[in-house]
Amino acid sequence: MKVRFDIKRYNPEVDEHPHFEKYDVELEETDRVLDGLNEIRWRIDGTFALRRSCEHGICGSDAMRINGTNRLACKTLIKDVGEDVRVEPLIGFPVVKDLVVDQERFFAHYRSVLPFLINDEPPPARERLQSPKERARFDDTTKCILCGACTTACPSAWADEKFVGPAAIVQAHRFIFDSRDRGSAERLARLSGRNGAWGCRTIFNCTRACPRGIEVTKAIAEVKRSLIMGSSEERSS
Amino acid sequence: MRPRIELHERDAIVVGGGGAGLAAAGYLAKHQNLQTAVISKLYPTRSHTGTAQGGIGASLGNIDPEGDSWEWHMFDTVKGGDYLADQDGVEVLCREAVEMVYELEHMGLPFSRTPDGRIAQRRFGGHTRDFGEAPVRRSCYAADRTGHMILQTFYQQCIKHNVEFYDEYLAVDVIMDGGRCRGVLALEIHSGDLHLFHAKAVLFATGGFGRMFEITSNAVTLTGDGPALLWRRGVPLQDMEFFQFHPTGIYKLGILITEGVRGEGGVLRNNEGERFMERYAPNMKDLASRDVVARAIHSELRAGRGIDGKGYVNLDATNLGAEIIEKRLPDIADFTRTYLGIDPVTVPIPVQPTAHYAMGGIPTDLHGRVLLDAKGSVAEGLYAAGECACVSVHGANRLGTNSLLDLVVFGRRAGLHMAQYAAGADIGDLPPEPEAEAAALLSRIRNNNKGGGERAATIRDEMQAIMTKDVSVFRTAEQLGEARAKISELRVRYKDVRIDDKGKIFNLDLMEAFELGCLLDCAHATVSSAENRTESRGAHYREDYPDRDDNEWLKHTLAYLKADDRVEFDYKPVSITRFEPKERVY
Ligand SMILES: Cc1cc2nc3c(=O)[nH]c(=O)nc-3n(C[C@H](O)[C@H](O)[C@H](O)COP(=O)(O)OP(=O)(O)OC[C@H]3O[C@@H](n4cnc5c(N)ncnc54)[C@H](O)[C@@H]3O)c2cc1C
Ligand code: SF4
Ligand code: FES
Repeated sequence: MKVRFDIKRYNPEVDEHPHFEKYDVELEETDRVLDGLNEIRWRIDGTFALRRSCEHGICGSDAMRINGTNRLACKTLIKDVGEDVRVEPLIGFPVVKDLVVDQERFFAHYRSVLPFLINDEPPPARERLQSPKERARFDDTTKCILCGACTTACPSAWADEKFVGPAAIVQAHRFIFDSRDRGSAERLARLSGRNGAWGCRTIFNCTRACPRGIEVTKAIAEVKRSLIMGSSEERSS
Repeated sequence: MRPRIELHERDAIVVGGGGAGLAAAGYLAKHQNLQTAVISKLYPTRSHTGTAQGGIGASLGNIDPEGDSWEWHMFDTVKGGDYLADQDGVEVLCREAVEMVYELEHMGLPFSRTPDGRIAQRRFGGHTRDFGEAPVRRSCYAADRTGHMILQTFYQQCIKHNVEFYDEYLAVDVIMDGGRCRGVLALEIHSGDLHLFHAKAVLFATGGFGRMFEITSNAVTLTGDGPALLWRRGVPLQDMEFFQFHPTGIYKLGILITEGVRGEGGVLRNNEGERFMERYAPNMKDLASRDVVARAIHSELRAGRGIDGKGYVNLDATNLGAEIIEKRLPDIADFTRTYLGIDPVTVPIPVQPTAHYAMGGIPTDLHGRVLLDAKGSVAEGLYAAGECACVSVHGANRLGTNSLLDLVVFGRRAGLHMAQYAAGADIGDLPPEPEAEAAALLSRIRNNNKGGGERAATIRDEMQAIMTKDVSVFRTAEQLGEARAKISELRVRYKDVRIDDKGKIFNLDLMEAFELGCLLDCAHATVSSAENRTESRGAHYREDYPDRDDNEWLKHTLAYLKADDRVEFDYKPVSITRFEPKERVY
């Protein structure tokens, strides 16, 4: 079938302003949107730039706005979006070129929540024990691929660049609720202000946008609860 | 005109931010007096290690009452590799596996757990107890996201230790001065500027090159840049004829369905519903090694027993039940639901073999030092680890779960050795005009205005088609000769490749054309080495030479690129310490 792509293009070397360009591509219903974008790049217009790698929803490279919603181009099939596909870069980050955005701020926020296990106790000779129940407590947030779809769908993040955004809180959650971690107090301190978890207004855009099916808003709510109750109580519950 | 170029000086540079690169960087970073940086063409967490599903092998023996031992693991690995693996290396791999997996756990890796809180383990192809008696649970896993967790965990450690990253920098040349490495040249993708990293030691950890093939589990960015850059500088490539075809890729797409599905009890069936692996491997059945299962599938397809006469068989996981699938294989379920619209709980998955893993690559010793010849001369300051390297611990066929293990064991060893080397070495002078060749290559691609040139995609499509047709699970002299001629033709046509994008900023067109050049190098080495090896061993199966020939071929291939585009061969003996070669049956 013929699919018409309408793509927001911007090349700072030649364009003063972004503009839309249309491309017609012959595709199957079961093809990915990314297949269409590749066809355009490989056979019609090689100047068109995007990020992509794994092509099956794991590396987090190709989050973009597809018909107005944040999605991974490699995890969105043509049959899900129809014959007219409008593609734009994620909102809220400076555009480098076409669909490529500068994610430095996103990763700086991510790094700010201390996204690594903190535990200075000498480890045992074998593995630390963790029950399946304790492991399940933070399973959902281990799935995050840092694609940025949530944070760039969040009005609070659009409104305030200092708000760490849902993805960073998801990453913090992954450690706060890990029974092996001892750094929650430090981490929660960083999330206690309006730029942290309280920046969330429970709009749920993040949860809808997440291609990994993470319950982002729920994770943020759990972090908020820990802020109120103190980390240890919440964790042991 | 000389292009704009920025100069950096570091003690050690790691090229590649996948599992192998980050493992090395993490250990390097512990030496605070050394200045280390990682350059990666992808943001590190986008690396393909993140897609690894099934697990990492280590003989923890957490589940089976018979326990497990590193000697069994070693035997399985040697046998799986059809006796071509270097046994001194395999011993290191399997012994250090245990402490490395515990170390990963201590770093925070969220493994799945047994009821008593230990690291969960599952069965995987070719992994047995008592030297081949029966399957063993050795694969340590985190659901079917083990690679994601490893990549995340290593990256987290790098953040913790303040590792310096140059993200989205494409290495385009290695700077050699005689037999010594002086640094690496890279293209900053965002700006289009060149950067010269002058360093005492450089590690290549650039991953695989499955994109030589049309049907593959590998990312579009797995283009063999590391092996190609070194090959052009006189380093040989080892055992390139051995490329693994994983039995279960999603039909037509090539997306991997982990062996863990069979490890949990899934079985392969042909159009008659028969569990055909019982015929090919009576003991291990669906859990025989990958080369055996891939050949069995191809044989079934050739005999007309594909489903509906098409080019696939079924991977039947319907006996596992919803709970196991949702808990232990959630991503697999997500893939089949997303891309095929089928639920693996109730419907079998259509699969075909998919080009998966390069056993061959840059020859190294047990510390990741790159070797220049069969005598074992070391290229000082030059290291390689991960899939782009060939230690060789996988021999002619890798066992599942042994690559992630290879990354962490030899990534660490390389990192530790580099630290020690860099602490004692001086930085040495750069050769004159170190950027000249790569800059000329890039400018030739960018500025080709000749009418006759072709798009990279055209050449790439033809390469992938011939590789998938003629350099696949079954090979013959005739097919390989044809493929060699075709690859040579494409290499000539590539000299005139043309791109649309003449700009500097994020020029993906230029990058892909550059990567195609690397793939063509890997394909050249692969086809020539495959034609040269007139026996069948592991993943390299010659229909015209169906037997393994230990008298003639129990040796590693070293392929060198010569000036007139000829490939020249030399050979290296196999290290045999514990297990004498014998016939391989599963
Ligand atoms: C789908 C799939 C599932 C798998 N499952 C398993 C499993 O369950 N168990 C197992 O043991 N193995 C598994 N494997 C194999 C294993 O995952 C890979 O072999 C391994 O992850 C490779 O890691 P690496 O660090 O060598 O390379 P990669 O993770 O691919 O990283 C390569 C890095 O090099 C960088 N790079 C490449 N070229 C350049 C350049 N020119 N300049 C700068 N940077 C560059 C990239 O940006 C990237 O960061 C699987 C493989 C696949 C494809
Ligand atoms: S939480 Fe989901 S949407 Fe947000 S970065 Fe992680 S994977 Fe992407
Ligand atoms: S290309 Fe990796 S997530 Fe889409």
